[in-house]
Amino acid sequence: MTNGLIDFVLVSVALLAIGIYGMAVKRNAIRMLFGVEMIINSANLNLVAFARFIPNSQGQTLALFSIAIAAAEVAVGLALVIVAYRMYKNIDIEDFRSLKG
Amino acid sequence: MVDAVFLALSVLTIGSAIVALEIRSLIYGSIALMITLSGIAGFFLLLDAPFVAMFQLSVYVGSVAVLILFTVMLVRRELIFNKIEDKRRRYAGIGLMLALMLGIGMIIIGSGMKSMETNSPSVDYKQIGQDFLTYYSPALIVMALVLAASVVGALTLARREDITNDQRVN
Repeated sequence: MTNGLIDFVLVSVALLAIGIYGMAVKRNAIRMLFGVEMIINSANLNLVAFARFIPNSQGQTLALFSIAIAAAEVAVGLALVIVAYRMYKNIDIEDFRSLKG
Repeated sequence: MVDAVFLALSVLTIGSAIVALEIRSLIYGSIALMITLSGIAGFFLLLDAPFVAMFQLSVYVGSVAVLILFTVMLVRRELIFNKIEDKRRRYAGIGLMLALMLGIGMIIIGSGMKSMETNSPSVDYKQIGQDFLTYYSPALIVMALVLAASVVGALTLARREDITNDQRVN
């Protein structure tokens, strides 16, 4: 293998930083979900990379679990976005303020 | 040293991640997110994990990205192209992103991870199936229940007819 572990970890760090930027700056609910997806994928990349370089198989198993849970999370998150859109007729999170008291 | 395939994959992944967040139209944004997720699947292939790569392709690119695309199409048209954000918050976010990249990157480059190479053969993916069906089988069952519960929850949330907004202030 010509690529070292550090290369994969650096790509994962870059993706994590971009995801955090998206979650911090964007006010569109769907774009915030994009950020969450990027963060989850960088975590998966880390899991598989470390599992390759140890090497053992449990990292890959854990990555599979993580992908499945992330799929469930996206389903519920998008359903929440649809409900919020029906209530507020908008997907700007600054408008979702009925919990604000 | 990295090879050309790795470089091309990382440019594709990170570039389309930035495009997904910054492009004006949400539809093109979700397509760019699809490219990012496929790039991650390519990294899994480079890491000799073909099973995880195929799982990633089928779950993320096949279902999650399509789900996002359909949700985007349910939203009103002018909201898709509408991009409202604070200038100050945007600069602060870019600063936070660069600080995270440089900070964590410097820590990782300075650590002993740099010399970590491997010549050992990759794990056979039969081992993953054995893991799933022996040691991790209770977790697999719990995961199946979680998936079923989340799908039922999402359906009931999205199909409710009695949602009203009484607290709307305007």
